[in-house]
Amino acid sequence: MENLSRKQNPYNDGKVIDSCGLFGMMSLKGNTFSGEDAMTAIANMNIRGNGLGGGLAAYGIYPDRPDQYALHIMYENGRGREETEAFLKESFEIVFNEEVPHRDSATGVVNPPLVWRYFVNTLGSIKEEDQDDYVVEKVMFINTKIHDTFVFSSGKNMGVFKGVGFPENIGHYFCLEDYQGYLWTAHARFPTNTQAWWGGAHPFSILDWTVVHNGEISSYGTNKNFLEMYGYFCTMFTDTEVMAYAVDLLIRQHHLPIELMAKVLAAPLWSEIDRMPEDEKEVYTALRQVYAGLLLNGPFTVIIAHQGEMIGLGDRIRLRPLVAGLHKDMLYLSSEEAPMRLVCRDLEYSWIPKGGEPIIGRLETNEVIYQDKPVVVGMDKNANTSSA
Amino acid sequence: MLTHLLPEFKIIRDDERCIRCEVCVRQCGFDVHSYDAEEDMLYADENKCVGCQRCAVMCPTNALTIKPHDYEYRPNANWSKEHIRDLNKQAETGGVILTGSGNDKPYRIYWDHLVLNASQVTNPSIDPLREPMELRTYLGRKPDKVEFDNNQVKVDMPAQVMIETPIIFSALSYGAISYQAWKALLEAADEGGTLCNTGEGGWPHELRPGKTRVIAQCASGRFGVDLDYLNSASIVEIKIGQGAKPGIGGHLPGEKVSADVSRTRMIPEGTDAISPAPQHDIYSIEDLSMLIYALKEATHYEKPISVKISAVHNAPAIASGMVRAGADIIALDGLRGGTGAAPKIIRDNVGIPIELALAAVDQRLRNEGIRNQASILVAGGFRNSGDITKAIALGADAVYVGTAALVAMGCTLCQKCYTGICNWGICTQDPYLSKRLNPEIAKRRLVNLIRGWSLEIKEMLGGMGINALESLRGNRLHLRAIGLDQWELDVLGVRGAGD
Amino acid sequence: MGRITLINTSRPENDMNRVKFENGRIRFDADRLFYKDLNFLLRDVLKEHKPEIISIHNVYGQRYIGTNLRQNVKIEIYGTPGNDLGAFMDGPTIEVFGNAQDGCGNTMNSGEIVVHGSAGDITGFAARGGEIFVKDDVGYRVGIHMKEYQGKKPTLVIGGTAQDFLGEYMAGGTLIVFGLYMSEEQRHRADFIGTGMHGGTIYIRGKVEEHQLGKELGKVEMKDDDWALMEEYAYKYAEHFGYNHKQILNRDFVKLVPLSLRPYGKLYAY
Repeated sequence: MENLSRKQNPYNDGKVIDSCGLFGMMSLKGNTFSGEDAMTAIANMNIRGNGLGGGLAAYGIYPDRPDQYALHIMYENGRGREETEAFLKESFEIVFNEEVPHRDSATGVVNPPLVWRYFVNTLGSIKEEDQDDYVVEKVMFINTKIHDTFVFSSGKNMGVFKGVGFPENIGHYFCLEDYQGYLWTAHARFPTNTQAWWGGAHPFSILDWTVVHNGEISSYGTNKNFLEMYGYFCTMFTDTEVMAYAVDLLIRQHHLPIELMAKVLAAPLWSEIDRMPEDEKEVYTALRQVYAGLLLNGPFTVIIAHQGEMIGLGDRIRLRPLVAGLHKDMLYLSSEEAPMRLVCRDLEYSWIPKGGEPIIGRLETNEVIYQDKPVVVGMDKNANTSSA
Repeated sequence: MLTHLLPEFKIIRDDERCIRCEVCVRQCGFDVHSYDAEEDMLYADENKCVGCQRCAVMCPTNALTIKPHDYEYRPNANWSKEHIRDLNKQAETGGVILTGSGNDKPYRIYWDHLVLNASQVTNPSIDPLREPMELRTYLGRKPDKVEFDNNQVKVDMPAQVMIETPIIFSALSYGAISYQAWKALLEAADEGGTLCNTGEGGWPHELRPGKTRVIAQCASGRFGVDLDYLNSASIVEIKIGQGAKPGIGGHLPGEKVSADVSRTRMIPEGTDAISPAPQHDIYSIEDLSMLIYALKEATHYEKPISVKISAVHNAPAIASGMVRAGADIIALDGLRGGTGAAPKIIRDNVGIPIELALAAVDQRLRNEGIRNQASILVAGGFRNSGDITKAIALGADAVYVGTAALVAMGCTLCQKCYTGICNWGICTQDPYLSKRLNPEIAKRRLVNLIRGWSLEIKEMLGGMGINALESLRGNRLHLRAIGLDQWELDVLGVRGAGD
Repeated sequence: MGRITLINTSRPENDMNRVKFENGRIRFDADRLFYKDLNFLLRDVLKEHKPEIISIHNVYGQRYIGTNLRQNVKIEIYGTPGNDLGAFMDGPTIEVFGNAQDGCGNTMNSGEIVVHGSAGDITGFAARGGEIFVKDDVGYRVGIHMKEYQGKKPTLVIGGTAQDFLGEYMAGGTLIVFGLYMSEEQRHRADFIGTGMHGGTIYIRGKVEEHQLGKELGKVEMKDDDWALMEEYAYKYAEHFGYNHKQILNRDFVKLVPLSLRPYGKLYAY
């Protein structure tokens, strides 16, 4: 999208303001299921959005081509496609490509663009450890230099489907009931301005990382400046973009574990650090000193996903809602509880996570990590009562 | 600790005129004047004088002159008398400096740089004394269209509230102002065919029967908010912010929470009435939507819901979101909006002028194609009907006046509202002081103000060849600017005079 | 053109097929019903039939149930009611067989809400009267800005534990946290308890560290009438949720009250 900033921020506001409903579900054992439940759940929260943006991210949906980068690209017209395909041909080995299937009969979607997917390998000359950076660079080029074109997602064995409409309408348009994934996240957007476009919907994605986010952080300008110093260009004017880049910087570039990344974005209060044992105090003090510019100050809840992991995180004083639920091998994260129960009627238990404490669903170890485990287990009256 | 503060005002008493009647002694709630019977002399403690002019007005022989003190430090372009004074006050107390009323700093007042149009030759001006002239306005969300079918006009019409003139009394809470002042505003709104705004202090029960021309505020403290309160009003307003103190809440000090105030706010007597900075059920735009619809549910969708914000940097995007969140009325309160109490540093440094906010919000809502979905009310230092007429031309549906209403009742902008002492009986709960304000007379002064300004607005409309206020709304072709930079013209959407 | 009439189409039409009358009870199916339609229907049915008890089934996230109701009726909710359950409510009793979401009892005036599960953030926000019982845990900022005046005094009883900012800005009423389902060593989850509190009382059973308390409140000794009050609410809690009330009283309580009615009186330079 050559004029990305103008497209995304038509009034040249200081930033693009929006808020939303979030939903995420993951099988910790990697069992796959269709997008239907995620759509049903997010639809149940459509009063948290306003129909000006919706989308879903799905992982494990391309088991036949797990090793290729799957580029989901939207074109607003034929010229963009011509230019992009020429660029892709010189940058990648295209193994397979097709139009992303959709329903022309779907209602509630506004001006759908052409959305195409390409399964690509990087050229042979690119070393394995440089491949991700190479893809990021090419995606950035398309997003900022090529006309009327925007890359929805660029990870392996995953994809983002998004657009202007309520998320369930977008999901229906893209026939997401036909896909099988082990991790789905969904987003119902409430932008304050209408001039919404398909690329501006969420999830926001870089490589296989996706972010769905709710809230309006007050530190946006500081965060943006900090990231720009590390070579990220914030062209979307949204908190979501800032978060995605912050995650990329901390995890992919600086190799921080997710638990510490969470403590950068939602840093412990100084009063809490003051009470810590000396060694911990030093760690958290250093993190706040080095990454002061990445403290996300103000309300946010975010569901971050990448291959094999789903992470829920809220701001340190919990100004935005997030509810978590567990049932057998399924982990649910949601802005409200009702949608989890709608798609999982006998949900084993649900809890309200502490602000700033990440909840991490991990495929590798089939476990959910949360430090602040609830004392009462769900609706079970008899659970744990013996301690009383 | 010895105070380093010098008096702000000088009291000059013409001893030849003074008849020792001691009116000044009795009138001053700040105990400035005292009478020494032995010497038959009147003395004044200038350190206590706030310059409210009550004694000067009441003095039967005009013996008193109160004026700003003429002491001077060494001239300094950076350090004004006010800076030195404020700094000393804090060095002596370690506290946050409070003030009342609106921002008094010399930020540009755009009304004084805008001029109105008049018809000459090509179309006629209209004489409002003889020809019909309509100021009637309906506040509320308007649907995009009506459908006509089988001799039926079908329309999905949300609640609407009619006002006869585009001048509404701004939010002034009972508790901040006296019962007498509050009652005068309520009755003046009723008689003047307009509305008054409860502020966040509730609505005394005995003043409810027969009175509906009220905007009931639902603020962060939820004082006095129950179903009866919400359903007694014409409009319910969610107060997010106030122009005088954007982003912060309020503390009505315990000593102002009298038995009556306690009953109206439904809180214990003598306890601070604390309004948190945010509404704790609203931390985002979709939360705002949640409260808007909670109030619609609570009033059976029979009242327009207004949302009032301080005019701030992102006002256009925020306002657009508010409309999408279900607000039927957007109220914007600008940099010069008044208050009963605010930290001075906030009052004087936070927010943007209402003129710019109004122009930007109106423009954004039109760009978004949703201007019809909400009425716009603006507030923040309107001084006369010229300001109001210009605001309508910039896009407002109606104007909130607070300070102007207080001045009509006697306020002289001494800015000491936060002390609980008001020699004019307006901003106080002290019965000795508040009984000075006769609600009947205060009401008459308010009704007169509305009448006078409405007549003037009609004169200006007639001059422009317009006989219905709606034809001026957002009609910026009738405005021209003088002495503004290009960026200001762009924001205001107004051309330079002669252009 | 003949005589023209105006039809206002803003009001939803009630779907009476969802309402069943069974043995003097009214049963009402809310499956996928939009909240506005649900609440219009509920209000109309209550107005017309004046039942003593009504049950609503398949509730998934519908907001504002009980808002704008002033009559004495018992409403049973099966499922997960949405945010602002019982907001501005004035009289009814609501019993939720499931968990409640955020804003439960928001600015409630009178009535009772019983939740057989947990409740979300800002439960009891600005409540002025009535009683709320939550069997399990609650979220953040619970009981924030509760207030009392004259005969009106809200009580919020939490069976489990609460999260940060419990009773923030509290100006009246009673907040009771039983801390059941916790071991004796385990401390309550909430930090910043009672920040800005200037009225009312918080009772917490179980362990609370000093640093968890806001600076505007202090611990005071439990007196006989405090224990009597705890017994009363332990009994009510036990009745609602099938618990042995004596087990509730077997552990110490902390009583927290504001240090001043004017916490910010000294903040300003006059």
